[in-house]
Amino acid sequence: MADKREGMLRPYRALDLTDEKGLLCGKILGDLGADVIKIERPAGDPARSIGPFYHNEPDPEKSLFWFALNTSKRGITLNIESADGKEIFKKLVKNADFVIESFPPGYLDTLGLGYSALEKINPAVILVSITPFGQTGPYRDWKTADIVAWAMGGEMALFSDIDRPPVRISHHSQAYLHTGADGAMGALAALYHRRKTGEGQQVDVSIFESAAQNTPISTTTAWDIRKTPLQWRGHESPNSAHKAKQLWPCKDGWVSWAYGGNTPGLPLVGWMESEGFTNDVVKGFDWNRPDFAQAPQEVVDQIEEPTGRFFMSHTKAELLDGAVMRQIMLYPVATTADMLENPQLIAREFWVDVEHAELGIRITYPGGFGISSEIPPRISRRAPLIGEHNQEIYEKELGITREQLVILKEGGVI
Amino acid sequence: MGKLLGGVRVVDVTTFVTGPLTTKGLSDLGAEVIKIETRGRARGGAVNLSHTDTSKLSITLNFTSPKGLELAHRLVAQSDIVVENHAPGTLNRRGLGYEDLKKIKPDIIMLSSCMQGQTGPYASHAAFGHQLAALTGINQITGWPDREPGWVGPYTDFVAPRYNIIAILAALEYRSQTGKGQYLDMSQCEAGAQFMAPAILDCVVNRQVANRMGNKYASAAPHNAYRCQGEDRWCAIAVFTDEEWQSFCKVIGNPALAKNPRFSTVLARKDNEEELDKLVSEWTINRPAEEVMNSMQAAGVAAGAVETIEDQMDKDPHLKYRNFFRELDRPGGGGKYRAPPGPHFLLSKTPYELRRGPLLGEHNDYVFKDILGLSNEDIAELVNEGVIG
Repeated sequence: MADKREGMLRPYRALDLTDEKGLLCGKILGDLGADVIKIERPAGDPARSIGPFYHNEPDPEKSLFWFALNTSKRGITLNIESADGKEIFKKLVKNADFVIESFPPGYLDTLGLGYSALEKINPAVILVSITPFGQTGPYRDWKTADIVAWAMGGEMALFSDIDRPPVRISHHSQAYLHTGADGAMGALAALYHRRKTGEGQQVDVSIFESAAQNTPISTTTAWDIRKTPLQWRGHESPNSAHKAKQLWPCKDGWVSWAYGGNTPGLPLVGWMESEGFTNDVVKGFDWNRPDFAQAPQEVVDQIEEPTGRFFMSHTKAELLDGAVMRQIMLYPVATTADMLENPQLIAREFWVDVEHAELGIRITYPGGFGISSEIPPRISRRAPLIGEHNQEIYEKELGITREQLVILKEGGVI
Repeated sequence: MGKLLGGVRVVDVTTFVTGPLTTKGLSDLGAEVIKIETRGRARGGAVNLSHTDTSKLSITLNFTSPKGLELAHRLVAQSDIVVENHAPGTLNRRGLGYEDLKKIKPDIIMLSSCMQGQTGPYASHAAFGHQLAALTGINQITGWPDREPGWVGPYTDFVAPRYNIIAILAALEYRSQTGKGQYLDMSQCEAGAQFMAPAILDCVVNRQVANRMGNKYASAAPHNAYRCQGEDRWCAIAVFTDEEWQSFCKVIGNPALAKNPRFSTVLARKDNEEELDKLVSEWTINRPAEEVMNSMQAAGVAAGAVETIEDQMDKDPHLKYRNFFRELDRPGGGGKYRAPPGPHFLLSKTPYELRRGPLLGEHNDYVFKDILGLSNEDIAELVNEGVIG
């Protein structure tokens, strides 16, 4: 695939040493136009063994998880623990602007490749270190997993059913995505500083802290001011005299809607009543009352009864369309299939097809994370195959000969 | 020093959560963020005073009046960035759209953040992050397979600001390269969809629609939150490898279990996961969550207490060590308060400084006199006319 790299970060190069914990960071920089080189161990990155897989075939070249988080990167293999590997890596650092890594704290130092060593090779280099708990503190050497980060980060205590264990979000790690984005944010902040001063530095990103950043402000505030543990575990509605339903079944799935708070009920009630879904309580209710939260449970139950029947008579697509038409603050619970058919995302040309020539197909991906009047973020190439750009980078750029490459290959360096 | 973005001026026309968190990401890094507020309106929706406004300045300016609009324009002329998250079209109607501002300041960087973007059939639709989590697929994959989708609160309110801040920092970099500003149209829905990417590809390629899995993870067991001693106390434990399994068995003082063929391989542990979960719970139920976490981690097994806001703000020694929640002087005096945390990363050479949020209109003098050059008389007149709140 020809390099169609353009974007706001076009002048910059990033070396990406991360595993699943940090892959999004390099993808974001790459989608913004940076030349991101994913450096994998010779057998391929362990994240290639994470599913789902293309046609469910567990093959390191067919991981859809890998595809999704490594767009806009080139790829080389390198064993940075070997003496030759270290030397090659140092050469690459000379011309790099960012190095992104997710090894345990101190690991790169033991290889002689920590920040103090990299800074000597290239004082302008920015080292983004993504770790479970950060570079300092009593937990710095602890391990994490998504469920651990989500638990400690406070997200699991906030929500979940009361009669079962607190839950994480299923499938791929959300915590690692938050951290990856935070790494990109830190990288760009450090780049701003570098532009003013010429100096690089180390960016310390903690997965624990990235997860903890997601706590609703009202929860932080309630604890700080009133020592009230504001949480929604067991679907309680804090500060409310009743429990309001949040997720409702509809004809072909679920819909997210709640009476009260800042979500005025009137436009929905108008729609319901126009189709005959109502009762005396709904008809007589003062929808302008400012203290909806104090409405007793019996009244709310009465309002919810025809609402539930109304939702059951409509599909998700009808409810989305009607909500938009009537300015109702309601959204269906979209499945991934629904998302792909969302008329708004289609109209904005959000989805993009990316060529996977080796599989003989094009795959639809989520496109750029924003639209720019100048030069938007976009996917410039599919994720790299194992060692796909070894020749391009080692031979053409670093001037390593074919013969040397054979030796390095046999020596397990590349 | 503490002001990485020192010299960058941001005009902040935001409300609720996503917008203020976006500008907080800039103010906490030292940018001069000037929040335009009006005295008549409730401050920042449901959010309490100053909590999303750390390190920001506040002015009260009614920019819907012609004189107020002129002042807003004069301020933009001396600024680098404008951030807003009103319903699409609102600022255009008020003369503060990108096309207007570009004429005043050709290299201005303007970011608009809203639910579904500035264009397209659903552009004008207003909703909250609570509901948008549904539209971006998150509710569908949270919770238990035998139950309704899980409630995750305003999840995308915390995804979108990250991409917004990234876009602004990239735009500043691009302006340094080219001298050009730009308009950034950021959809919270599209930001949220980024976090669904692997599941989206699974649907595209394999026609597999992602569903709720409780706490199950394909290649790990035990992998769950386990009930511990005390009321509603839990600890998450995740065992991926055989080595971790051996360590786990040692920690619970049951080396015989390590040899039990029902659990000795990943496949066996996955096959007998329910039985295994019971065994783990029997051990954790009599121990405090922190003890479970500490002993597992000491043996190299990933584990973490299900922390409440009390744990995080008052107890967790690691967050305390890293000064995650910082104590600030309460605006207007009267003790201290702790706002939501500062930047999402620490920089080795440019530590950040978190400053307290402003009082409403606290920086009117600085902005109207020092930046815009108004006299005391001018200001008094504008206050009389209701232009300055």
